[in-house]
Amino acid sequence: MILRRILIANRGEIAVRILRSCRALGIETVLAVSDADSDSVPARLADTTIRIGGPARGGAPAASYLDVEAVVRAALAAGADAVHPGYGFLSESARLAGACDAAGLVFIGPTAEQLDAVGDKLAARDRAVAAGLPVVPGGAVGGSAVGPSAVGSRAEAAELAGQVGWPVLVKAVGGGGGRGLRVVDEPARLDAAIERATAEAGAAFGDRRVYLERLVTPGRHVEVQLLGDGERVIHLGDRDCSVQRRYQKLVEEAPAPQLDQGLRTEIRRAAVAFGRHLEYRGLGTVEFLVEPGRGAFYFLEMNARIQVEHPVTEAICGLDLVAEQIAVAEGGPLRLTQDDVRLAGHAIECRINAEDAGAGFRPSPGTVTRAVFPAGPGIRVDTHVQAGSAVPPGYDSLLGKLIVSGRDRAEALARLRRALGRCEIDGVETTIALHARLVADPEFARGGVDTGYLARFLERGEGAAAHAGAADVTEASSIAGRSGG
Amino acid sequence: MDLTSDDVQDILNLLDGLPFGEMHLQTARFSLSLRRTADGEWTQEMQIRSAPASPPAAPADATAEAARPAQAVAPDQEAASDQEAAARQGAAQGSPERDGMRAVRAPLPGTFYRAPMPGAPPFVDTGSHVEPDTVVAIIETMKLMNSVCAGARGTVAEILLADAQPAQQDAALMWIREDP
Repeated sequence: MILRRILIANRGEIAVRILRSCRALGIETVLAVSDADSDSVPARLADTTIRIGGPARGGAPAASYLDVEAVVRAALAAGADAVHPGYGFLSESARLAGACDAAGLVFIGPTAEQLDAVGDKLAARDRAVAAGLPVVPGGAVGGSAVGPSAVGSRAEAAELAGQVGWPVLVKAVGGGGGRGLRVVDEPARLDAAIERATAEAGAAFGDRRVYLERLVTPGRHVEVQLLGDGERVIHLGDRDCSVQRRYQKLVEEAPAPQLDQGLRTEIRRAAVAFGRHLEYRGLGTVEFLVEPGRGAFYFLEMNARIQVEHPVTEAICGLDLVAEQIAVAEGGPLRLTQDDVRLAGHAIECRINAEDAGAGFRPSPGTVTRAVFPAGPGIRVDTHVQAGSAVPPGYDSLLGKLIVSGRDRAEALARLRRALGRCEIDGVETTIALHARLVADPEFARGGVDTGYLARFLERGEGAAAHAGAADVTEASSIAGRSGG
Repeated sequence: MDLTSDDVQDILNLLDGLPFGEMHLQTARFSLSLRRTADGEWTQEMQIRSAPASPPAAPADATAEAARPAQAVAPDQEAASDQEAAARQGAAQGSPERDGMRAVRAPLPGTFYRAPMPGAPPFVDTGSHVEPDTVVAIIETMKLMNSVCAGARGTVAEILLADAQPAQQDAALMWIREDP
């Protein structure tokens, strides 16, 4: 079925991104907007907008972008034939996928069954094992889970932790984006940690199940972009997202630098095997934890949606991923084979957040008074802010992304350094200055840093100031909606 | 945004061969300013000028609200309650030290939560005794949970906002009657 009108059930830069592809494809756009977003840049760019409610200012997004019924009703009322959920919010909601099916709407994403299979971390882990992928040594706690990862009791949990080795991570089955995670250093603390994690997971995700994994450190975060049509699955290369703070990615690049070619091939092959095992349809990302010292890698999870960092992949493969996503959603077969995928060059993305990196990454909502971005060869800016844009406190802090590419990493990095110097956003605090310091750091320049790198960078030198006040801000844990990745 | 990176690059390719250091382009839908920096590279400033377009008759909106009367708040009603809340917060803001009372203020604009998670008992109630470092609320800003401490030793005299309500920066959230 040819899609003629798409409801975009999202906001921010990803809404702008989807609008752009729709425009290029000649597809009409209807943007769902909360009251706080009625005058946003994507609302100005969309062919039409439709209100999906929500508090005027400052409120939780639950009443709008997280409301399955409101989204479906808006799509039907607007005469849309499909819903694009973007990332975050309802993008991985099997309930939305099911509700779209029931209403005769195309959900631009995988099937509800596939969303269920990867949305439950433990089920995903079991599916990965079934597909022959290595997983981090660990298993479930509490007897509520089934499958090869399940573990019966608390005593068994302690035994399991002993087997996989300390320290261990206690993870919520329903968690994501670093939420519902707890590091336990020693046996004496395990019981209490499991108890708290179970209670928190129940309150935050409506799912009390937790599981244990060995804490792999130092490790790198490497992920593989998949595209499938339900029968064939191909990969579009890998990305490295090891520069993270509290499990939130800050810098991403493609391909993963300083990665052994044999290991890279194995990781890509494993991701495709997982996609084939699921008979995956749409865009998806398989995330791995890589232990370069051991030459080992482990399946972490799959994100069954478009990712924040997809532009670095687009830069090296030359495809419009949203267009490919739409083509698959229309029911067509993949428009290219693995051999057609040509990866060339290197790309790096910096996430520009409304956060004061000098004050413990304190959020900085407000109004943008000026937004100047770099332009030139190899430079792409995906943003939803311009002079006058409101940055409401009720949503995440991503203002935009600066994506810079070059023939190789050295060229991309040199361009990025100069490009960051031409970025100026006034009115709110941003992470631009932090990025400028990061890309000047010799360790980052060498490439292949692990997930502990950013914390170490912040601890030393300029980072000392950047860490002050961090105690004020506790990890988003219980109330907020799930964030994108 | 309205122009793609490729479009902007095409324009820059033209400009690179010309002696101009700035270019301003304005249409009904957008404006674009390109400026050459001292070292010959470019910046861009884009402004989308078109107004958001609502569907012609907007019947969807009405249907949506009719279907969910609890969520449908008339704009003037909403404004009134906003004004009321602002007035209450403002009043508290205007008199920071009222007869040995001390206001607990929002460190950031965001959503005020009285409990650590949905369904959990509130951190404090009217009458609760607090120490300066007692956590009395959470302000959620941009998906981050910021703990709010009492800042004084005393008793919670009044809680000014209902759970899950928006709070402006520095808005008074509750009154603490300080211990003598």
